[in-house]
Amino acid sequence: MPALPKKKLLRLYHDMMLTRMFEDRLSKLYRQGKILGGLYLSTGQEAIPVGTCAHLREDDVISPVHRDLGAFLIKGIEPRFLMAQILGKETGPSKGRDSFLHAGSKRLGIIPPTSILASTIPIAAGVAFAFKVRGEDSIAVSYFGEGGSNRGDFHEGLNFAGIHKVPLVLVCENNKYAYSTPVEKEMAICCVSYRAESYGFEGVTIDGNDIFAVYDAMEKAVEKARNGGGPTLIECMTYRIKGHSEHDEAKYQPAEEKEEWKQKDPIARFKKFLTESGHLGESEEQDIIDKIASALDEAVKFAEESPFPPGEDALKHVFATNEEP
Amino acid sequence: MPEITMVEAIRLAMKEEMERDESVMVIGEDVGMYGGAFRATEGLYQQFGPNRVVDTPISESAIVGVALGLAIMGFRPVAEIQFADFISCGFDQIVNQTATLRYRTAGDMFAPMVIRAPSAAGVHGGLYHSQSPEGWFAHTPGVKVIVPSSAYDAKGLLKAAIRDDDPVIFFEPKYLYRRAKDDVPEDDYVIPIGKANVLQEGDDVSLITYGSMVHHCRSALEKLEAEDLSIELIDLRSIMPLDKETIYASVKKTNRVVLAYEDHKTLGIGAEIAALLSEELFEYLDTPIVRVAAPDTPVPYSPPLEEFYLPKEEDIVKAVHKVIEY
Repeated sequence: MPALPKKKLLRLYHDMMLTRMFEDRLSKLYRQGKILGGLYLSTGQEAIPVGTCAHLREDDVISPVHRDLGAFLIKGIEPRFLMAQILGKETGPSKGRDSFLHAGSKRLGIIPPTSILASTIPIAAGVAFAFKVRGEDSIAVSYFGEGGSNRGDFHEGLNFAGIHKVPLVLVCENNKYAYSTPVEKEMAICCVSYRAESYGFEGVTIDGNDIFAVYDAMEKAVEKARNGGGPTLIECMTYRIKGHSEHDEAKYQPAEEKEEWKQKDPIARFKKFLTESGHLGESEEQDIIDKIASALDEAVKFAEESPFPPGEDALKHVFATNEEP
Repeated sequence: MPEITMVEAIRLAMKEEMERDESVMVIGEDVGMYGGAFRATEGLYQQFGPNRVVDTPISESAIVGVALGLAIMGFRPVAEIQFADFISCGFDQIVNQTATLRYRTAGDMFAPMVIRAPSAAGVHGGLYHSQSPEGWFAHTPGVKVIVPSSAYDAKGLLKAAIRDDDPVIFFEPKYLYRRAKDDVPEDDYVIPIGKANVLQEGDDVSLITYGSMVHHCRSALEKLEAEDLSIELIDLRSIMPLDKETIYASVKKTNRVVLAYEDHKTLGIGAEIAALLSEELFEYLDTPIVRVAAPDTPVPYSPPLEEFYLPKEEDIVKAVHKVIEY
């Protein structure tokens, strides 16, 4: 366990709580029929985006996927803009063009995800290659699930990254299910990290529900990438507590398996540590929760009050020639 | 002005753009040390080095994806897909990632990149070295599609494509690589994307075509010379965007249309133009629109099969007669 100052520890806790509480709001909005598309929650996986993004600078670039809400927030998208994006509003980063977390930002260094899983890995490799060509010490971080690691883009992207030793950290969130398909039917090996070796760089498997394990592994990988050491694959073992999407009851996930993983909840574990080590008192925790709740109130209000884009805006932004005048 | 081939003109366009703008890079299979399967990138690696001329493994999806990442970071990559037939391996990166980027970020991010690919048949390439996949991409919102027909055009259009802020797919008819020769100016010139080229003015028939079919149309016109016909020959140059203005102006004048393209007839570019004309200029048409195109089969290898498959000058002559005699 790293000797982190209290301020840093509470920041990590805040970010994990923000992710969970944000998603709880989303769940509520979904049940109210205010989210028309899919809703893909990261419940139980919050330590991964939080522990990895904690090491990033403004000039680093991430390519998150649909279950990485925390990564968007920590990299700097304000909750209200992300909320507006999810409700399909004009004020969201895509101005209502794309759904859920398909949001990006050139300024904040966020490559928007698409529904084609692992497709952003070669793109992130290209971003990392750009840093290398320019001799900069910025890095790219590509997130994906164990499901996406079965696609060709994963293999083509890792191969390219390995050949050119680009500053790229590959964060695999192995949550045991690709929609309904259990990991045993996804691959014949136990660990996605094994695959890194075939592409000439290190792969590690860690406990993705342990914020310290994630934080430590990322610290090493980031330092290596910044110093010309090339890519690292960090496989974070975790579990998808909710279904693939909110509509999915996930009856295919055995109850006892789910229960077992609920006991390993990353936030509860971290809270236990913080409380027992005297870093987090009751009033401090309440303070964190209250602040997040009021930020989320504001975000929901902003998103709900934001207008939908006018229908004819569907024709804008296809080419440079039909951008805003 | 030296006479050079189309493939030399393409090389020159990349060389000049790389000299002019440090952000221009070349990436693809065998494009570096070797100089490209068709020698289109010959000498670039030696001149610009491995950071700007990047050899890749056989990974078409990664070629496009990496190029997209570079483009997002402000580079202007020119990605080579060794044969247009292999572009399907990078299809998702083109249609779902690259083409949509500007749209789904509401203009915040965009992809100034070119994907070059030798296309079309006529060189006994068989099923996988002969395809004309421009229709797939013309149907994809967010990418521009160019097919040059001459060395002069190839240089000016490729330069325009490299300077464009949107992704451009540049199909190079390999049949013309060394057959098409022009006096190509050594100085800088750009041909605007989206403007067709009226190669010959005429009043009786609009013969609209692009790519290698331009040459077959020209030889058909020579055959038709003895007949007292006035044919307007239009080279589209850009498939997407289409120069509707030039097409409509021509058809309003001639009232008869023959569309010649090497792609499969069904849902090819000619099908789109025919639909546009029937929607927009129905009252100007004196005869049915006639398409000259390849049959809906894969591109066969053996010379008699390929010869039969490809649309040729006699088909064009027949089509012109058909609309004249209607």
